[in-house]
Amino acid sequence: MDQFLQQIVNGISLGSIYALIALGYTMIYGIIKLINFAHGDIYMIGAYIGFAVTTYTHLGFFPALIISMIGCTVLGVLIEKVAYKPLRNSSRIAVLITAIGMSFLLEYVMMFFVGAEVRSYPTLIPKKAFHIGDIIINTQQIYIVLTAVALMILLQFIVHKTKTGKAMRAVSIDKDAAQLMGINVNNTISFTFAIGSAFAGAAGVLVGIYYNSIDPLMGMMPGLKAFVAAVFGGIGNIPGAMIGGLGIGIMETLVSGYGNSMYRDAAVFALLIVILIVKPTGLLGKNTREKV
Amino acid sequence: MRALTKKNLLILSSIILTFALVQVLFMVGILNSFYEITIATICINIILAVSLNLVTGFTGQFSLGHAGFMSIGAYVCAIISMRMGSVGGFIFGMLAGALAAAFVGVLIGIPTLRLKGDYLAIATLGMAEIVRVVFLNLEITNGAAGLNGIPRYANWLWLFLFTVLAVVLINNFIKSSPGRACIAIREDEIAAESMGINTTKYKVIAFAIGAFFAGLAGGLYSSYFYFLKPDLFGFMKSVDILVIVVLGGLGSLTGSVIAAILLALITTFLQSFTAVRMIVYAALLVLIMIFRPQGLMGSKEINDILKFRFRNKDEKIE
Repeated sequence: MDQFLQQIVNGISLGSIYALIALGYTMIYGIIKLINFAHGDIYMIGAYIGFAVTTYTHLGFFPALIISMIGCTVLGVLIEKVAYKPLRNSSRIAVLITAIGMSFLLEYVMMFFVGAEVRSYPTLIPKKAFHIGDIIINTQQIYIVLTAVALMILLQFIVHKTKTGKAMRAVSIDKDAAQLMGINVNNTISFTFAIGSAFAGAAGVLVGIYYNSIDPLMGMMPGLKAFVAAVFGGIGNIPGAMIGGLGIGIMETLVSGYGNSMYRDAAVFALLIVILIVKPTGLLGKNTREKV
Repeated sequence: MRALTKKNLLILSSIILTFALVQVLFMVGILNSFYEITIATICINIILAVSLNLVTGFTGQFSLGHAGFMSIGAYVCAIISMRMGSVGGFIFGMLAGALAAAFVGVLIGIPTLRLKGDYLAIATLGMAEIVRVVFLNLEITNGAAGLNGIPRYANWLWLFLFTVLAVVLINNFIKSSPGRACIAIREDEIAAESMGINTTKYKVIAFAIGAFFAGLAGGLYSSYFYFLKPDLFGFMKSVDILVIVVLGGLGSLTGSVIAAILLALITTFLQSFTAVRMIVYAALLVLIMIFRPQGLMGSKEINDILKFRFRNKDEKIE
């Protein structure tokens, strides 16, 4: 039982990182119906920005987090303008292929500049363990969960209480109608990319702290898993992404804790295929009927 | 005899000519063993690209798991030919591998092909990852260390034979009634369904044929390069194949062939800069999509373009 609870605790801290990445996926998918494959790599670059800031300027955790979020925001908007905007009216497969290309471009340009070797992340948060019964919770996990929760509350506020958030929701429901109502669709899409990328940047710094190591290809797997999380919760649905992220995180720690950690990734993808077959709209997604 | 039309004779003679030309170049020694590897890569990539083009370009089902099918064919062929150790074993292994890949294709295809567009892409990607993880953990595939010392039977003759076989068979399939049904599904799935086409059936058929030839390519790969490990068949490999298909043009078999040759030559020239190679690949993918989303050939075949040229000339003469 104690081991089970311990795995749940570990799963929640890993899952909140997945949830942060999944939020970006789900928002971007909601607004332009694109699986942004490059999202996982924006998160990788966020981790590197955090690494550079803390190693060369010796700033603390929060400045690193904020600088990385700003850097990723700029990058995300830039990618949207350069690669996705010219394709606004082409087929969805074309945009999807562009996103895959963009993802590889970021990975290998990064590998070209920083090298392929794994770097160890500096310790930003003093490691201290708290014992509650037999369960161990360390400060890093607390920081990760608190940061993630704070960002998610901020996001809920932006989406539901501000004018830009209202515009985002409008564009995701009907792009043309939103345009007719005087909403600047292009700016709204850019804003969505900005928020999604900022969250990915934050997740990058948090994962650097969690796993203690970063490399240029680190974005691929968590990126895909976060996408699974977004599908699990119902793509386009913000609370769904949070639940999906936590669910995937807990499942992953349980599989490595009780089964074979080699099958961890396979379990996540098997879950994806099962969801897609049983309930393609995800846990909280709504059914949409296709019209001829 | 209808089979011996002028067009078919022309195609047949150009195939034999290509084979003879490369064979002579090998024998004279202009093409050394370094280029032999490039040519083998071209052949394997042509089979892979043509089979993926059938699924993605002609049937319109976006698959990101082609490397998974390739790995199934490669491992089955390798294990069988290692046990039997003869040319017969190699051929039997190739067939068994291709059939195993097709079987998995049907198994995966029936549930997932109900999904559309990007969902299908992610589901096939997940399938390829699962296959990779399973090979990583099985005893018989020797896990992450991989299989070594697979008997090497594939040579230029076999490679060329299977490549021609794959291109001709897939081309004939597309020209057949089921192939036309696949194209109808690509153009408009709902319209095709209301014309009485059983869309799921034809999608699964296309998927299975695609998987079959991917398995065949995998078998050739294992026999030619005599070394396999699961990491060779990751997401990266699927994207490699996709780049060929997209560059050549979705829905153009000759486009896939040309793109496979072109990209293999680029790779050979960039051999000493592996990092730059991937950057070039990725940038190429993005640039093609922005500036020429239909690829080099669009959905035209090379004979369409040639025919068009001739007709223009005739008109000028008149």
